[in-house]
Amino acid sequence: MRQQILLSGVGGQGILFITRLLAEAAIYKGFPVLTSETHGMAQRGGTVLSHLKVGPFTSPLIRPGQADGLILLKAENLARHRFFLKPGGWIVVNAPSRPEGAEDIYWIDADTLAEQTGNHQSVNLIVLGCALSRVEQQSKGQHSLFYSLNDVTAVLRQRLAQRERLLNNALHALTLGAEEGK
Amino acid sequence: MNNRILMMGNEAIARGLVEEGCSLATSYPGTPASEILPGIAKWKSELSLPLHVQWAVNEKIAFEIAYAGSIAGLRTAVSMKQVGLSVASDPLMSAAYMGVKGGFIIISADDPGPHSSQTEQDSRLMAMFAKVPVLDPSTPREAKECIALAYELSEAFEIPVLLRPTTRVCHASQDIALGEIHTINRERGFQKEPARWAATPKFRYLLHRALNDKLAAIAGWQKTAPRLLNPDVTSTKAIVTSGVAAAHTRDIMGDLELWEKVAVYQVIQPYPLHTGFISMLLKTYNEILVLEETTGVIEMQLARRDKIRGKMASAVPEAGELLPEVIEQLIADFAQVTRRPLPAPPAVPGRRPSLCPGCPHRASFFAIKKAIPHSTSIYASDIGCYTLGLNLGAIDTFLCMGASISEAAGFYHAYRQMNKETNIVATIGDSTFFHAGIPALVDAVVQDARFVLVILDNSTTAMTGNQPTPATGVGACGDATSKVAIEDIVKSCGVTFCEIGNPYLLPEFTDLLKKANKHSTTEGLAVVIARYPCLVDKRSKGSRLPGAPITISEECDGCRYCVKEFECPALEFDEQTKKTHVNTLLCTGCGICIHVCPKKAIGKG
Repeated sequence: MRQQILLSGVGGQGILFITRLLAEAAIYKGFPVLTSETHGMAQRGGTVLSHLKVGPFTSPLIRPGQADGLILLKAENLARHRFFLKPGGWIVVNAPSRPEGAEDIYWIDADTLAEQTGNHQSVNLIVLGCALSRVEQQSKGQHSLFYSLNDVTAVLRQRLAQRERLLNNALHALTLGAEEGK
Repeated sequence: MNNRILMMGNEAIARGLVEEGCSLATSYPGTPASEILPGIAKWKSELSLPLHVQWAVNEKIAFEIAYAGSIAGLRTAVSMKQVGLSVASDPLMSAAYMGVKGGFIIISADDPGPHSSQTEQDSRLMAMFAKVPVLDPSTPREAKECIALAYELSEAFEIPVLLRPTTRVCHASQDIALGEIHTINRERGFQKEPARWAATPKFRYLLHRALNDKLAAIAGWQKTAPRLLNPDVTSTKAIVTSGVAAAHTRDIMGDLELWEKVAVYQVIQPYPLHTGFISMLLKTYNEILVLEETTGVIEMQLARRDKIRGKMASAVPEAGELLPEVIEQLIADFAQVTRRPLPAPPAVPGRRPSLCPGCPHRASFFAIKKAIPHSTSIYASDIGCYTLGLNLGAIDTFLCMGASISEAAGFYHAYRQMNKETNIVATIGDSTFFHAGIPALVDAVVQDARFVLVILDNSTTAMTGNQPTPATGVGACGDATSKVAIEDIVKSCGVTFCEIGNPYLLPEFTDLLKKANKHSTTEGLAVVIARYPCLVDKRSKGSRLPGAPITISEECDGCRYCVKEFECPALEFDEQTKKTHVNTLLCTGCGICIHVCPKKAIGKG
């Protein structure tokens, strides 16, 4: 297993949370994992970028042109971070409409969905859920992900074991994203 | 499931310290080192370990407390960011001479880039300057392993050991196995030895000679010797690398299929570089590429300019992060192989960070600009979240921790010398005031420097993750501590004008600043404490004012004053309607913007 996924958004959207969720899913599956995160000054509403590398890597950073996929919580990051994607890679982006001139992109309007559920903080999990259903199904087996909905659910249940309300909200957002993605 | 857990580099360092019997740990928060101490505190609480864990007022004090613990016989550690080691450099230099008893690890986290720092300074140079050994881990897992090594080295030679992780180690996360926790019982206590612990210059000379002997022996200590990563290779070219550059190099060597063509040495201890390694390297190889961050510390110790390709030969960039794509190009050129074309990053700048919606600092800065206009003033500021006041045009200069007050004093004295007039406003955060602002304030009072000092008191060290300040009354493990009130300190420094205001009450707060400025121009130094809790601080939830939904009426004529001068992320300008609108996902309902709009178009809905 070798998979490199770049996740980006802006400070406050919960990029770190979903990066850790996926990293823990990798450990749950028995794979080695490395991530790299943005902290400090850069976190205050600025662009936040996380690298996730599953497999026998030692460097925590993804080089340009080598990411298998991008998960973008802001459409504006499409222009900014697309150069990390390898030829033929996949992109899942949170955008109000299909971004122009880009056929390999799966998009979801997670802001509107989050607002409808009344949980503004759930954009990250909705997009993650969407990535789960869209990347594998819509690429007709061309792409695969190292994790499944069950893996992420298991990690969430473990992480939020004592916090039932948070867990239910998180699972709801993840499933909503996965359903919308179908 | 297995026994590996996801650990951030800083958490791995914390776990390593706990496993190796660290009994006393201190720190002052600073990115990228802030998560080390909370990591230790977590294990102390979970496992009820007998361990003293504390945030100190600044890095110098943190260093001295941990150092004394070590000469009392315990294994101790102090952690900080690289500029913090500058603050702690005074005890560092002297501690190197006096040496240690229990193992003493100084963790100084560097920030090549820089991502969240004033400089890209290389702590390994500081180790060289102080004459102490330094270890340079390449991954979180290695950082944890380095703790055991560092304690062993420190105790074998009775010397402080520096551990130098960088942002890409501190804030990388990796699957790491938990190890056994060793409890070390040491009850011997401090053994009096005046020629060492209270050495006068004559004895310092002897200590210096002893230190040089220790370093020479450490340069031959096999456990920290450089590691050849591909022992089967025979080549005339070698790559020597340390820190995260070594981690990038490993991946790239595989991708470029060079493992059988170029020897790669990973240096664990960049200073002192092993003497046997230096002679072997220079004898065996014709060309040597050195990849390290940020200064050429290894390179400096390899005294053959004709063979070395590094920073001093301008073959490797001397500033900025050595990103893997940069290293890939350097290695490909060095090995004379072709590499894949690299997609270039677009010319799209990232979104700049900004103060959070509802941040009390934004209100304070807006009030300062209103009360003491920029056109007639110099605004000196400091290090913290509020450095983002730069975006609001409320900061002209910031230098280092605590300098806002001394710089304001310096501007006052300079303008007086020139017979020129100016208003001067210094802004400093509460934690920074405790850290290095108090001596500066005493000096300003004594020298009768006249300016307005606004202490932005959000009751927390916000930028680095809401660590407590000495005014909070909470320790690193959430335990209750004594408190020291900022206003008591200000008054006891001899300041006659010290008033507390709430920046959320913008008109009243602006009036208070006007009064303070009048005082500073006629009477003397005036201090205003802008007190309102940080909105992301979970501890302060109960003490906030209730919010209300904000609406924008038809009166909005799209003048953009609020967007430019107030820059709240929740106020967005709609290019289609040419009006401002409220982003309800972000708005906290603080209502400060109601007082900002010159057209009175913003109100409570």
